[in-house]
Amino acid sequence: MSDKKIIINLEHVSKSFGDKVVLDDVNLYIKEGEFITFLGPSGCGKTTLLRLIAGFLAPDSGVITLDGKDISELPPHKRPLNTVFQRYALFPHLDVYDNVAFGLKLRKLPSDEIDRKVARVLKLVSMTDYEDRDVNSLSGGQQQRIAIARAIVNEPRVLLLDEPLSALDLKMRKDMQIELKEMHKKLGITFIYVTHDQEEAVTLSDTIVVLNEGRIQQIGTPVDIYNEPQNEFVADFIGESNILNGTMLRDRRVSFIGHEFDCVDEGFGENVPVDVVVRPEDIYIMNNTEAAQFTAKVKSCTFKGVHYEMFVETDNGCELMIQDYNAFEVGSTVGLYIKPVDIQVMHKQCTCNVFEGEMNGPDSVWMLGADFDCPDTGLQKGDKVRVEVDFDKVELLDNEGTAEGNVSFILYKGDHYHLTVKTKEGEDVLVDTNDVWDKNDMVGISIKPEDLRISKL
Amino acid sequence: MGKRSAWALPYFIFLVFFVVLPLVLIAFYALTDAQGHFTLANMAAFFKEPKIINSFIVSIEVALENTLICIAIGYPVAYILADSSLNKSAVTALLFILPMWINALMRTIATAEIFHALGIGLGKGTLLFGMAYDYLPFMIYPIYTILSKMDKSYAEAAQDLGASPAKVFLKVTLPLSMPGVISGVMMVFLPTVSTFAISEILTNNTIQLFGSVIQEQFYNLMWNQGAALSLVMLILIGLTTLLGGKRQEEIDGGLI
Repeated sequence: MSDKKIIINLEHVSKSFGDKVVLDDVNLYIKEGEFITFLGPSGCGKTTLLRLIAGFLAPDSGVITLDGKDISELPPHKRPLNTVFQRYALFPHLDVYDNVAFGLKLRKLPSDEIDRKVARVLKLVSMTDYEDRDVNSLSGGQQQRIAIARAIVNEPRVLLLDEPLSALDLKMRKDMQIELKEMHKKLGITFIYVTHDQEEAVTLSDTIVVLNEGRIQQIGTPVDIYNEPQNEFVADFIGESNILNGTMLRDRRVSFIGHEFDCVDEGFGENVPVDVVVRPEDIYIMNNTEAAQFTAKVKSCTFKGVHYEMFVETDNGCELMIQDYNAFEVGSTVGLYIKPVDIQVMHKQCTCNVFEGEMNGPDSVWMLGADFDCPDTGLQKGDKVRVEVDFDKVELLDNEGTAEGNVSFILYKGDHYHLTVKTKEGEDVLVDTNDVWDKNDMVGISIKPEDLRISKL
Repeated sequence: MGKRSAWALPYFIFLVFFVVLPLVLIAFYALTDAQGHFTLANMAAFFKEPKIINSFIVSIEVALENTLICIAIGYPVAYILADSSLNKSAVTALLFILPMWINALMRTIATAEIFHALGIGLGKGTLLFGMAYDYLPFMIYPIYTILSKMDKSYAEAAQDLGASPAKVFLKVTLPLSMPGVISGVMMVFLPTVSTFAISEILTNNTIQLFGSVIQEQFYNLMWNQGAALSLVMLILIGLTTLLGGKRQEEIDGGLI
């Protein structure tokens, strides 16, 4: 793959709708012939990114090139790309043949050539003999095939697919995934695929681009992204995972859930706080507690078809998710073992909250859009300051706190929740708490004066 | 059945007295003479009298011209109103509907007075102006509704497949908006065929439309002749509705 040339390149691309920043400084290259997927939760900017490439939107800043030529301002009908739309957008006033031939007729090809191409592409999507059918008489899956046929019949350099399978039922979706993959192999063109379904992304792609809140979180092969997530968001979004606070003691030695483990990561330094990811299928569970690294009590055990999913509480009171082919009795004590290679250590993005503020007086600071009381600092009104607050020192309240925000991201870390609260001004406040909150909950933010560490800028 | 169908009774009675009975009466008067004997003479008069047949042809002609004028003005207006990048305010759409809230007769008389004040002689030009002014909202509204409800991804898909903005309009937007155009045509063409007040006021009765001829017959107590001409018009309207309605169904069904 690495010797293939780059077909599409995005440099410092940003896009806002009104005040809302949808894409923030995206840099990305796409290689010829690859199957690349933009993956992320709804509102992460993945569809906007696709529409920028298709030409339905123009970037506010940044450059999009195709074969080295700037296409940022080129209208969609002049780009050698075709799109498969989310709800297909088949023309209801045209039959199957005319839908598929739409692009060819615009190019004024001779009619026998159009006939030939349409027949060939309908064969490729297994829809031969449907030429004269009304598109509204087709099932969802059949409409999907026609939408793909209508796009690829034009022999585009790149095929863009905007959540094309989201309207299909599970069984159909799985079948279409396999067909898409085969189609990609047969056609040899670049596929850019947008989905919120991580399983679909992992199944189909050569490369996955994980997006959240308008920023690229990680780019890599499905295996890389699954085995070596670069941050909490990716680890949480792709597959099931146990994400835990830990400390890197030294190279190849990490401590978490109150125990020390060998691992394969190096170069973090000594006694550095880190995040540790362990996939639930990578924890070995056994009745024998002697050979185990640590023990735990089984809290629940659910049959999931192929495997059992168990929640256990470790000897240090931490909850872990485990997947195993064997069931273990609820209430029994089990031994657990994690192999060094299965421990993924990640840098913490930050170890405490850092806010910028301004003094209102010696014992009051303006930050997060509110006034916070603080111990007497001896600073003047108007002094710009940097304020540090530990995650577990931020209190969240049902009723009004000093400042207000919405819970935007929740991570369970075994023995507590790690929340991201977005204030009205768009600042992120990270909170460690034992209380259960839901995503999008409105919360009051309160911090005790003595927990503010203020330094003058 | 039973209790529930009893609720429909008032409407049934209404229909009998105000729709069915008048229709029967029109047919009865049209096909009888003053003494109440069956005759086709009234119907035959339509084809025999050049004055009547001429006014019929003029009516159809004026109605067609008015419909074309309304499409020519109304479609672009509806298109602009429905395009959120061109029209950012809901008030503009309202402004085009606003004249409908004032009685058409009053508007027509006012229009005639304005022409008079400007020293413009009344004739076919002023008639078409008045008709277009009266009926334009009926053309704009259905087209506007269908355009503003249309899924934008159709136009995007066409663009994506290589269609220039002009081609997108001709090959996708226009054909998909035809049901709106057909509703508009029915709401403009049919009433203009039978109108008489507008032509009276805006042409000083120099152009006699079919509606005026019928009105004249009734004024002169020639009920049987008037009824016969009404019947001809009813058949015409019925046929147009039938054709338009059928086509409408096909397209509506296709859109879902």
